[in-house]
Amino acid sequence: MQTKWKMTPYLFLLPAIILLTVFFFIPFFQTIIYSFQDYSKDIYNPVFGTLSNYKALYHSPIFIKSILNTFYFLLLTTPFLVVFPLFLAILINQKIRGKNLYKLIIYLPVVVSIVVVAIAFKWLYAPNGLLNYFMEVFNLPAIDWLSSPNVAMASVAMVTVFKGVGYYMMIYLASLMSVPKELYEAAEIDGASEFRKHITVTIPHLMPTIALVSTISAISALKVFVEIYVMTKGGPLDSTKTVVYYIYERAFENLDIGLASAACVVLLLIVMVFSIINILCFERKKYGL
Amino acid sequence: MRHFKGFLIHTILILVCFLCLLPFLWLTSTALKGPMENIFQYPPVFIPEDFTFENFRLVLALVPIVGYAINSFIVAFFTVILNLIFSALAAYPLARMNFGGKNLVFFGILATIMVPFQAIMLPIYIITLKLNLVDSYSNFQGYLGLILPFAVNAFGIFLLRQAFLAIPKELEESAVIDGCNALQIFFKVLLPLIKPSLAVLAIFTFIGSWGEFLWPSIILTKDALYTLPVGINDLQGAFSANYRLIAAGSMISIVPIVIFFVSLQKYFIQGSTEGAVKG
Repeated sequence: MQTKWKMTPYLFLLPAIILLTVFFFIPFFQTIIYSFQDYSKDIYNPVFGTLSNYKALYHSPIFIKSILNTFYFLLLTTPFLVVFPLFLAILINQKIRGKNLYKLIIYLPVVVSIVVVAIAFKWLYAPNGLLNYFMEVFNLPAIDWLSSPNVAMASVAMVTVFKGVGYYMMIYLASLMSVPKELYEAAEIDGASEFRKHITVTIPHLMPTIALVSTISAISALKVFVEIYVMTKGGPLDSTKTVVYYIYERAFENLDIGLASAACVVLLLIVMVFSIINILCFERKKYGL
Repeated sequence: MRHFKGFLIHTILILVCFLCLLPFLWLTSTALKGPMENIFQYPPVFIPEDFTFENFRLVLALVPIVGYAINSFIVAFFTVILNLIFSALAAYPLARMNFGGKNLVFFGILATIMVPFQAIMLPIYIITLKLNLVDSYSNFQGYLGLILPFAVNAFGIFLLRQAFLAIPKELEESAVIDGCNALQIFFKVLLPLIKPSLAVLAIFTFIGSWGEFLWPSIILTKDALYTLPVGINDLQGAFSANYRLIAAGSMISIVPIVIFFVSLQKYFIQGSTEGAVKG
């Protein structure tokens, strides 16, 4: 039977392999090749085998800044996206009315296009917009949400958090269902308070999920683009310029293929570290490893 | 004590829900304000004083938002269909057959998960141009250029592979004894059994494709093929001063996806339990 079906597995795989080759493997290797090509003398006949692009990146203050900005953005978003959705999931997982409505509303920003969310926030952030009005109500000074280089990145991060909370909450809710009820009952018999129960039972049980949410939210933070494109275009003073935005500018505005590709390779290496940790440590089951 | 706890939980959740809805409520409020009302007045006013639906009518008349929505739908629909077919086809031998190079294929597909699209989009763009899959040739080629780079997704392949692995082997063996060939077994016996996973893959692919901004904004040259995110972003330039129209257009643009989400909500919850595919 094995011999009779010899061709079958390959035929089943063929469409996927063709598409992945054309739209993944070839571009992947091209990115690496481009990054070692010098386009500065003749854009049509680049010279291969040079590190000039990487040297240029290394000496580019804007690129270095975009790397630092990206990690700053990661630190602004990931801790919040790990902790707050967990808190919400624990609240919603209680015996309360209107559970489904809460889930629905909190998940809503996840399905709405990030472009619309970013446009809406741009107005909320306006100098005499709604947020500054709330600040005034609470007797706080007005903030230049998007026009101050010190604040702009945090303002963008807030949009990413807004868009992501529901997504991670659902992941937590799914794994909360697997916490054995007996553990809570045992803790109750021991006289543990509500808070104590979650510290001793829920959190340890959810550790794998917490780790998973940390890595996937970190990976998506490293890839941030649309929020920045719609709201700040990397400004003011490059304060919200991230790696992907830098790549976008080099590749599609300056048409600097070599430099853009070298930046792509750097991004690739950073993301791969996180992805490998994620796949090997937290998602083995999902991929059947 | 119990009552207090319940009260506290509801208070927090209601506050969070309010914050989740706030940007959309503010867009709606702006969209419903007429020309007699200053939308930047301070302090801000939530309930429109000069209430009107005119902005919605006007933006629909000035901008082909319905056309953008149709484009988004065409792209998302075919991206879903191709993903379902190609992922299922690829997942089956990876779950069930032994063949030379299986490990190479398996880890090759797994490797694609680690590489972000943004890091390789420049060569993808150049290849798509060289294959003439651009809207400057024809609308059909334009759609292909929007769809094909996303027509198969490693997340989908692994999701369906896990689903195939959960099916007992005996089912296939009895189908072989009944004289079915590989294709018949695949379509008649196995695919119906993994329907729930197919539904999850379909919904998350749809949401991802519907919201995609970066790729269409790079590859499209004509606004005839604009998808909703690109078209809505473009409103900002077109009506730079008229926030009422931008707000109205934005709110119209989210109606289809919200209806889609609310009517299929149970699959979203199920998707999260299966280790959802990130849109």
